[in-house]
Amino acid sequence: MANAMLEVRELSTKYVTRFNEDVYAVDKVSLKVDEGRSLGIAGESGCGKSTLALSLMGYYFPPLHYTSGEIIINGRNISGMKPDDIRKAILGKEIAYIPQAAMNALNPTRKIIHFIEDVILEHEMYVNKKDIYDRAKKLFETLGLPPEVLEKYPVELSGGMKQRTVIAISVLLLPKVLIADEPSSALDVTSQKMVIKMLKQLMDAGFISSMIFITHELPLLYNVVDDIMVMYAGQIVEKGTSHEMVFDPIHPYSKGLMGSIIVPEKGLRDVKLTAIPGVPPNLKKPPSGCRFAERCRFVRPECRVASVQLREAENGRVYRCIIPEAELREAYAREQEVQKHGN
Amino acid sequence: MAIEKKLYLSAKGITKTFGFGRQKTVAVDNVDLDLYEGEVVSIVGESGSGKTTLSKVLLGLMNQTSGDVYFQGLKRDISTQARKQEYWKNIQAIFQDPFSSYNIFNKIDSVLLDCINMRGGKFYPREKKIEMMTEACSFVNLKFEELTNKYPFELSGGQMQRLMIARIFLLQPKILLADEPTSMIDACSRATILDELMHLRKEIGMTIIFITHDIGLAYYVSDNVYIMEKGKFVEGGSADEVILTPRHPYTKRLINDVPKIYEEWDLTTV
Amino acid sequence: MKHIFQQVFRSGKFVTGFSIFSAIMLIVIFYPMIVTVSPLGIIGQGTFFPPGIYVSVYDSMSATSYTLNLDGASEMRIASKLNEEDRLAVKDWLVAAGIPESEIDIADTAKLLDQWFTNYDPKKNIPGMTNAKRNYFVRLNTALKGLLSDEGAIVMQTNPQTGELAQIDTIQQTDYVNVGEVANVRMLPLGTDNFGRDVLTELISATRVSLQIGFVAGLIATLIGLTLGLFAGYVGGLVDDIIMFITNLFIVIPPFVLLILISFSIGQEQRGAFTIAVVIGLTSWVWTARAVRSQVISLRNRDHVNLSKLSGHSIVHIILTDILPYIMSYVIMALILQISSGILAEAQLSILGLGPRTTEVPTLGLMMNWAMIYQAHILGNWWAYMPVLVTIALITFSMNLMNTGMDQVFNPALRD
Repeated sequence: MANAMLEVRELSTKYVTRFNEDVYAVDKVSLKVDEGRSLGIAGESGCGKSTLALSLMGYYFPPLHYTSGEIIINGRNISGMKPDDIRKAILGKEIAYIPQAAMNALNPTRKIIHFIEDVILEHEMYVNKKDIYDRAKKLFETLGLPPEVLEKYPVELSGGMKQRTVIAISVLLLPKVLIADEPSSALDVTSQKMVIKMLKQLMDAGFISSMIFITHELPLLYNVVDDIMVMYAGQIVEKGTSHEMVFDPIHPYSKGLMGSIIVPEKGLRDVKLTAIPGVPPNLKKPPSGCRFAERCRFVRPECRVASVQLREAENGRVYRCIIPEAELREAYAREQEVQKHGN
Repeated sequence: MAIEKKLYLSAKGITKTFGFGRQKTVAVDNVDLDLYEGEVVSIVGESGSGKTTLSKVLLGLMNQTSGDVYFQGLKRDISTQARKQEYWKNIQAIFQDPFSSYNIFNKIDSVLLDCINMRGGKFYPREKKIEMMTEACSFVNLKFEELTNKYPFELSGGQMQRLMIARIFLLQPKILLADEPTSMIDACSRATILDELMHLRKEIGMTIIFITHDIGLAYYVSDNVYIMEKGKFVEGGSADEVILTPRHPYTKRLINDVPKIYEEWDLTTV
Repeated sequence: MKHIFQQVFRSGKFVTGFSIFSAIMLIVIFYPMIVTVSPLGIIGQGTFFPPGIYVSVYDSMSATSYTLNLDGASEMRIASKLNEEDRLAVKDWLVAAGIPESEIDIADTAKLLDQWFTNYDPKKNIPGMTNAKRNYFVRLNTALKGLLSDEGAIVMQTNPQTGELAQIDTIQQTDYVNVGEVANVRMLPLGTDNFGRDVLTELISATRVSLQIGFVAGLIATLIGLTLGLFAGYVGGLVDDIIMFITNLFIVIPPFVLLILISFSIGQEQRGAFTIAVVIGLTSWVWTARAVRSQVISLRNRDHVNLSKLSGHSIVHIILTDILPYIMSYVIMALILQISSGILAEAQLSILGLGPRTTEVPTLGLMMNWAMIYQAHILGNWWAYMPVLVTIALITFSMNLMNTGMDQVFNPALRD
């Protein structure tokens, strides 16, 4: 039984707006990432995936507030820790977090090597600059980044290079878990590929033990992570391996999401993209009952009554719906037949 | 037996440069383009490829440095405001960011009313105008009664973009230029917008030019695809030809670098 | 639109500034309706009367006299005649005359006077005393003699027919008049200035004029700046180059120097308040023009502007409906700043003597000018310039506060 690197139990967090309203962004999320495995989190914008990523570090600052739940990293429960302790002991060392557009964190007036010095000196006090330089150079070379980058200013680097530099720097202290929130969405396709390649390299070479990758681009997730989790309106709606999720989703929302994937591959022109009408619910007043009921084509009166729990399907997958798996699959098969004959 | 399709728009040798001397940048470099009636064409390029500049030239919002644009065989003349307005009866646009496409101080009705005015309906009776606007909205599955008298910030991104399509429905141009119409829309709503655009095209026999960086989208939606790099068209042809059997190295790279799900995505090529 | 107003009025800074400014405006509007005297009317013969309530002595004689026996009345009377300086002088003389210091208490008026009258001898020779000082003590003695008596005074008037002095009235020390019954009482809360004008009335009138000048100047400057900025920014090309050339001319020549030169050259005769306002407006539009232009340049490539073009709207329509509303908040803030700087510019010009003609209207700057020329600050006549300073400061402060409040509403990045 593999060691769980990161375990989250019933984590709930919320935002408090300027007008003192609560927005329940993450609702009782539980997940587990084993050593050597990577997890992808997919969903529409506003589903809470970025908030979840931010919450996983245990580092809360207004307007984000912790409500309940536990976060355990490598056996260590960090849920109750004070921000200062988290900053010293957890950030960078146990968990590394790369936010969206992380490359903007680079100070434009200082060289990359100075940034690296700041990071290391903050955590390890008795290291001299020559050692830091050597460590950085070695890391960069291993990851396929030219060491000349160390002496450059951020403005001299391209977007892709900056992002890869930031990712490399984030693993300097050899954290166990890496959380990457849309690390490549602002980049052109070639730079994106380089970033993805680097992330896989980090896993394969053992720089990090586990990775959580957040994006709305499903083809990307499919190629990078082992397991995928789909979020909707602050809740997990389905979890499974990448292959299962992309080619055999169970929950109606996941099905719709996977059905909207566009890839330049043969056969794409024959399928009809699925669309899900409506908009996600307002998280200031989450609906009682299933949060997806408004937009679901299989909705029944029972759906709106009580909140729906995750249920198990075969192969250890879980999904959040009151309709049994077999029934859903039958419905999907029927829909596909209709589509084929319609075409 | 090939049906003789009408040539709608033809661009020959379009070049657009900015600045002069040492700071001269060539945004569009000697581009040729032929558009036929009812076609769907995509121009694919990364940022900096010049596709936005080209789209502005084709729309008539910017004048080209050299080259000519022909509309239905005749050389395009947009020297005066009147001639521009005449040209814009035939070609319209949808832009990338639905939020910035609206004047935040005006109610959304004004957008549709402007279209009715442009078609000569300025003095139609009020009921007729409302009827036209309701019809346009229902075409994109929106209810006009629910949207009337609202301000743009009260609508969602998807609704705003679809309202833009309703606008096109009212204007009925021969050519629609869609600049990244779905890149800021959620995946779930994308299909709706693309469907509505295709439906509109069938309804009024419109030609659509998609400007996009997403080669997958281009493949899904177009008949013909042009690949643009640094201001030049490096490859062009039918969608199947360009995407499944690319010839130019840039095209090949673009396709290789996009993640795949049915085929193996080779990470070693970068 | 409405919710923008609501937000603006919820901003503490804006509300504070707005309240101060409204208070000033209300005073300026309503005061002249209540107090209808001419602001430039000279009422004081003499310079710099201190603030206070001025009661006509002549009329108080004719008013009904009431007898009031108040405790401490005679002490108050003596105390007002015998000030601190005099007391110290008395003490010095007594000490020099040989009275031990411990026995002298200058606060105890009765005892002090007693000691004085017992010991004073004009012929006594005190070493080191000058002649002037000796005469001083003689005068002091005469003045002090009358203090202790409780005799009243007799008023006599020359009979117009006989030419003789005849008694018309007596005034007892216990006679009091009710100020409300006296025919002529004038309150001068800020005293008079060097010309003898009521400073308060003059100040309020001057504020009104300065505000008017500021409004006119600010409005002209903003309108010119807005128009030039809009066209330069939107049309671009040659129009932009020409307008920018003109703007650069105005930048290179310091506006204040320009103001002085124009003011000087139009001559004293032509310099009315309105003319000055126009001159200030014509020289201070530069900053607004440049700011508006840069805003417009960033707006003209927006999607909604392009869509407007594609919908067939004319250039003027696009500028008015698609560009102007977007910069309106900025323009209003610019207007407020231009008004307050217009008021300051007028004050600066007037202090130099290049402001509006001095015989027609007072302005805040003119009041400062007069106070300076007649050396009010050296003489310690604070009422001639302090209130003016405070008024200028309050106006500028309240306007800038409103501006900051609005800025925070329109630009969320500046919120604290």
